[in-house]
Amino acid sequence: MSAAEIRSATDLLRDRILEARARHVSLDIRGGNTKAFYGEAPRGEPLELTALTGISSYEPSELVITARAGTPLAEIESVLAERGQCLAFEPPRFEPGGTVGGMVAAGLSGPARASAGPLRDYVLGATILNGRGELLTFGGQVMKNVAGYDVSRLMAGSWGILGVLCEVSLKVLASKVDTATLSFEWTEERALAEMARWNALPLSLTASAWYEGCLRVRLSGAAAAVRSACRKLGGTELDAATAGRWWESVRDHRHPHFRPSGAELAGGECLWRISLPAATPPLQHAGFIAWGGAERWWRTSAPAPRVRALAAAAGGHATLVRAAGKTAGAFTPVSETLMRIHRALKNAFDPDRVLNAGRLYADL
Amino acid sequence: MSATTLPNDDSADAAYGNNRQAEVCEALGRVLPPSSLLIRREDTAPYECDGLTAFKALPMAVVLPENEGQLVAALKECHRLGVPVVARGAGTGLSGGALPHRLGVTLSLSKFNKILKVDPKSCTAVVQCGVRNLAISEAAAPYGLYYAPDPSSQIACTIGGNVAENSGGVHCLKYGMTLHNVLRVRGFTAEGEPLEFGSEALDAPGIDLLSVVIGSEGMLAITTEVTVKLVPKPELARCMVASFPTIESAGRAVASVIARGIVPAGLELMDQRMTAVAENYVHAGYDLSAAALLLCESDGTAEEVAEEIAAMERVLDESGASRIEVSQDEAQRLKFWSGRKNAFPASGGISPDYMCMDSTIPRKCLAEMLLAIQAMESKYQLQCVNVFHAGDGNLHPLILFDANDRDQFRRCELFGAEILEASLKLGGTVTGEHGVGVEKLNSMCVQFSPEERDQFMAVKRAFDPAGMLNPGKVIPTLARCAEYGKMHVHRGMMSFPELPRF
Repeated sequence: MSAAEIRSATDLLRDRILEARARHVSLDIRGGNTKAFYGEAPRGEPLELTALTGISSYEPSELVITARAGTPLAEIESVLAERGQCLAFEPPRFEPGGTVGGMVAAGLSGPARASAGPLRDYVLGATILNGRGELLTFGGQVMKNVAGYDVSRLMAGSWGILGVLCEVSLKVLASKVDTATLSFEWTEERALAEMARWNALPLSLTASAWYEGCLRVRLSGAAAAVRSACRKLGGTELDAATAGRWWESVRDHRHPHFRPSGAELAGGECLWRISLPAATPPLQHAGFIAWGGAERWWRTSAPAPRVRALAAAAGGHATLVRAAGKTAGAFTPVSETLMRIHRALKNAFDPDRVLNAGRLYADL
Repeated sequence: MSATTLPNDDSADAAYGNNRQAEVCEALGRVLPPSSLLIRREDTAPYECDGLTAFKALPMAVVLPENEGQLVAALKECHRLGVPVVARGAGTGLSGGALPHRLGVTLSLSKFNKILKVDPKSCTAVVQCGVRNLAISEAAAPYGLYYAPDPSSQIACTIGGNVAENSGGVHCLKYGMTLHNVLRVRGFTAEGEPLEFGSEALDAPGIDLLSVVIGSEGMLAITTEVTVKLVPKPELARCMVASFPTIESAGRAVASVIARGIVPAGLELMDQRMTAVAENYVHAGYDLSAAALLLCESDGTAEEVAEEIAAMERVLDESGASRIEVSQDEAQRLKFWSGRKNAFPASGGISPDYMCMDSTIPRKCLAEMLLAIQAMESKYQLQCVNVFHAGDGNLHPLILFDANDRDQFRRCELFGAEILEASLKLGGTVTGEHGVGVEKLNSMCVQFSPEERDQFMAVKRAFDPAGMLNPGKVIPTLARCAEYGKMHVHRGMMSFPELPRF
């Protein structure tokens, strides 16, 4: 896009916000519309970001890519791959067509999360339009930046309720040189115990997942280090192509555990994401365990309050990801004090609730 | 807010101040034991500044709560009376973030100094805010774990202060800053209500408030307890010292190492003058003939370190290094680092005062920036020694001056401001890890537009509606920026962004 085209696309977005504000309607901010199923149901008039697209700058030696919000994630990943770099947090794509803006707004991270850190850690800067139609830039393109509050990272996982992302800068990393996947036929209990033990050792462990009696762990890094870790851990090594496809199916939720059928959903079964302290022992349901035990995906028709109580008792929280209906609320409610801050923040960025109203919590 | 407008400038009416102090101290005396309340001038004087000694003020009182009960009681009294509260850890901050408020209370959290839990199974530690950074690693050492962020003040600085500043250190290139290593912060609002940001799981429901609370310089909440991530101690670490004949070749070498996909555990640059100062202080055996030295560290398993050291050696050699020395054992590695780690005290030994800048720039501009700083030395007739977290592009030029000479101080401030503005022009930021505090308020006018600064203020009000926590820091007022008179440079994604709409 030329500078004039970028300006005119941004002007248009601002005008839409101001116009919606004047009419008291809410906008449903859309990139590739691949995550509409996640969180509370989108409502309001669509605000399409696909026109604001393109990589603004990419300098491999600076480890930074800056792109406009509507840029397809696939484009970013392919440009990075050409230079041997990647988004280290492995954002889930769910379906083809997702955008970088949607990725940041959802704030989700994939299998590498426990070792590489979350998406939020990789956000270096963001230009947003707030609910008053003001174009604001926070953060930047440099690695270390503590000038003012870190508002660009606040956008990660805020589901668009604070601002329309227009452009984001992300830290990128070199792809790991070598990788190996080991498999172990172990019970849930044994798998959790071993993952906790390995977690405390310098092993280049970059992903782990347990499902139906089988633990798989991925080691990545310098070739010699991966080989030496394989020898230490034992197990059976998967061939690289099979392993690569399998981790992708976990990352993008194409693995069948994450996709209950229409009939199963209609019958009351739900997909829950349980986020827990890593060392939590086996709970009532096993399901699919990722992130060294810190993320567990349950398929259950148990009532929402019961699932949330189990998660809370273990020091975590539960998100209702796929269900026929989400009357129980998609996300676990926060404490009253935190909710007061949430409302005040919403008011600080978007006083008339124009942007993604109700997408995170019904009353925000 | 019960006390409406507080006179907080130099002309504050002394009688008003005295009456106010009596009122506030009487109220605090009712809820705190005498040992937790300092009022007399000789007792509060040690708190008059933090590591930025050029700015000083005496608070009305210093409160040292022993537990959360006393803390809440003190916060509630301050809130009721509309008294500003300035939280303070070890006072090692370099930007005046803990500078007292003349009509406020300094809240020293030094008695919150217990390590509550070290859990090797989850690789976490739960510590009170007043625990020293290094003490966490010491407590985790028996389990083969440590806390990665290592600001150079780590012997003294506290985790609460690290949370306030989002502190970094020489290892944050590979291991991240405080934000990347903290899971949960327990704290209190200005009204004294408890709250938790983040959780011991890897995420928490709702907006990720941890990302703004960390680095908020005590303006959003009072931190009392922190859950930190611990990482396995690497099997091995080795450090290289490489000499470069020119600043440009050293700068290029930094960019080349990173471009090659290597993430060293540390990548630091010292210019020739800094090297001489450090060498004189610790006798590390540095090459004094080099225009710049690079310190590059590799850590991990023995295999990883061998691979990485060989790869870095190749890159440094190709970039024109005139001499490369690799540490052969732990004693030699520590010796290589000793000069870098003592750069600040060593500079203190050659000049009555120094001002440490902290901007970050793209790595590819390192050489350009060093040359620009050399030109500024002649312009302001002051010397500057340079030590950089080069791998992150984070600069620490130390401008040498004598604070007793008012003209030198004035020139030093102008010199510093010019470095910051040059950093912004190169696409950088005015502070990489030391924070804005009071020191860089003016530069914030240049980095952010009025709307952006208003949005920061609105974020502050969302947490602290009455504006009682550390007021006057980080975000400059419109009036202050108008007086400073330098324009924000806008980046041009929209037409006429300055036009008011609706």
